[in-house]
Amino acid sequence: MGLFTNMMPFATVSLEGAALLRVRALTVTYSTRNRQSAPALRRVSFDIAPGEILGILGESGSGKSTLALAILGLLPANCSVEGTILFQDEDLLQMDESRWREIRGAKISMIFQEPGLSLSPVMRVGDQIAEIIRAHRPGNGKTRKLECEAVLRGVRLSEVDRIYRAYPHQLSGGELHRVAIAQALACRPDLVIADESTRSLDVTVQAEVLNLLREINRKRGSALIFITHNPALLAGFADRVMVMYAGGIVEQGPTAQVFSRPLHPYTKGLLQLIPRSRNGTNLTSEGRLPVIPGSLPALNPSSRGCLFEPRCSVRTAHCQNESPGEVTPERGRRVSCFNYGN
Amino acid sequence: MKYLERRVIHGILLLIGVSVLCFLFSDLAPGSFFDEMKLNPQISSETVAALRSQYGLDKPLPVRYARWVESVLGGEWGYSFAYNSSVRSLLVVRARNTLLLTTLATLFSWLVAVPLGVWISNHPGKWYDRLSMGGTSLLLSVPELVLVFGLLYFAIRTHALPVGGMTSVGFDQLGLWGKTIDLVTHLIVPVTTLVLASLPVLVRHVRASMVEVLKLPFIQAARGHGIGPARLLFRYALPAAGNPLISLFGLSVAGLLSGSLLVEVITGWPGIGPLLLEASMSRDLYVVVGAVMSSTLFMVFGSLLADVMLVVVDPRIRVE
Repeated sequence: MGLFTNMMPFATVSLEGAALLRVRALTVTYSTRNRQSAPALRRVSFDIAPGEILGILGESGSGKSTLALAILGLLPANCSVEGTILFQDEDLLQMDESRWREIRGAKISMIFQEPGLSLSPVMRVGDQIAEIIRAHRPGNGKTRKLECEAVLRGVRLSEVDRIYRAYPHQLSGGELHRVAIAQALACRPDLVIADESTRSLDVTVQAEVLNLLREINRKRGSALIFITHNPALLAGFADRVMVMYAGGIVEQGPTAQVFSRPLHPYTKGLLQLIPRSRNGTNLTSEGRLPVIPGSLPALNPSSRGCLFEPRCSVRTAHCQNESPGEVTPERGRRVSCFNYGN
Repeated sequence: MKYLERRVIHGILLLIGVSVLCFLFSDLAPGSFFDEMKLNPQISSETVAALRSQYGLDKPLPVRYARWVESVLGGEWGYSFAYNSSVRSLLVVRARNTLLLTTLATLFSWLVAVPLGVWISNHPGKWYDRLSMGGTSLLLSVPELVLVFGLLYFAIRTHALPVGGMTSVGFDQLGLWGKTIDLVTHLIVPVTTLVLASLPVLVRHVRASMVEVLKLPFIQAARGHGIGPARLLFRYALPAAGNPLISLFGLSVAGLLSGSLLVEVITGWPGIGPLLLEASMSRDLYVVVGAVMSSTLFMVFGSLLADVMLVVVDPRIRVE
């Protein structure tokens, strides 16, 4: 009996075409007391396959953090959420709080921004990992300690004993970061979300952390959503990339293809911003780094048309009045722009 | 442990400072214990002068202070003119009674304030939060005096509780259980007064520091790791909110102590309060100094206890 019930989800997943997470038309609106503001996420739809690394690229304010919080059910109470988030064929948005708690940290976990701030300053690091295991798995203090030490070794921290007993202020930035990863991996989740988590690190440590994440992803087969504002981090790291602008997805596709041949004007602009060392080939004729003119639009519910239109260099009259739907110009690639037929 | 050593030295300096000020102020106050005797025609002024010199009151202030310090170190704590005994023998029993009252009041105030404050901090704005905030505002604005009179009135009208003193007549004949019950019923009025008086400040502080901590990113992170609400409040948030509360604990001991002096006088609790009042009225100098010093000692112990707790709770202080 137990054997068959265990087998069931497996069978359904393979029938569904192997999507771990299926987000459909996800719209999130923060509402203040007396007025309805514009959606922070606008009809966002994407899939992530088991074991895949999905990079989400966008400026601050593009809705990437809201997306992460929505997947974990951590949005504040004044948010209205529409759409569906299917995780292993269960709609997360229909779940009650206690079911959410079973999933958070155990099946979907998050590496939070600024590990120094997302760890309690007055608890030992080891205890903060043990608490997560305690919340999700049976066992006693002794077994939990062993599990913790195994997890800490898993993120390639040496001196496990020192780290286990340390308080956050006694650890270096890189160590804290590995602890944050260890927290996220403690219960062997199927999906890990890293939200701008490497922002505060030195470049060398950043590279180490990316290598570690990739290694864990390969070894354990857990899928990873890596959220960043820095396109340079995603090249050679993410399997697929998704570019967000003003709460919507403007383009998604395999990383190599998107980076070598970006389709959406915003993606093109964004990728031009990476300074290249060789002769500064992406400098403008005045010898400056290129910029995307303008800034993120002030969102209001009544805005029509493509939200990138005011900053777009290839806009048409059409773009002002209607917002473009998603099209599939090539296999595996999707873009929201009228330039690719709509 | 550098930090604690420093706190202990602070405490000792505080005690010395208080004793000096105590002597200075009592010297500034007009009259002495023996002045009343001068009004009695049967006592000659020579006798009074002889008594004064016998007790060393004719010596200058520094000499008197030095002799008092000597007496403290010798364990006498000075001499009571009125009781004709050493101050220490007077104080020990009184201090024990005051300590009993203050300790119980501290314990119960915090036992109520912490869970209540934590609970309402989790849902600010809910009806029970508003109710608690309203209730504590009300309590805050009622003076202790009114509280204790209200409770005494209740005790007298209902005959539910004994009024005044620490034990009933015939206490000595009771068994151990009977004695305990008798003591507890006598404790209810003074302890309740003190708890009600200190509760509003404590509840509001617990709530305020919890509300602050619950906004911090690590709480959101812990929630994101699937930590349940009870664990989140008591294992994560409360220790992080602990620092200001522990400092408040030291202050609350001081507050309860001074509150208990008043409440003792009104409810006839045989603690330091009535002794201090009586000794001040009759200018029984060394008893006054001794009573003030023992109150100060409790206060210093209260804040030392807070410092020790701070070291236990906050690892960042340990490193320093």
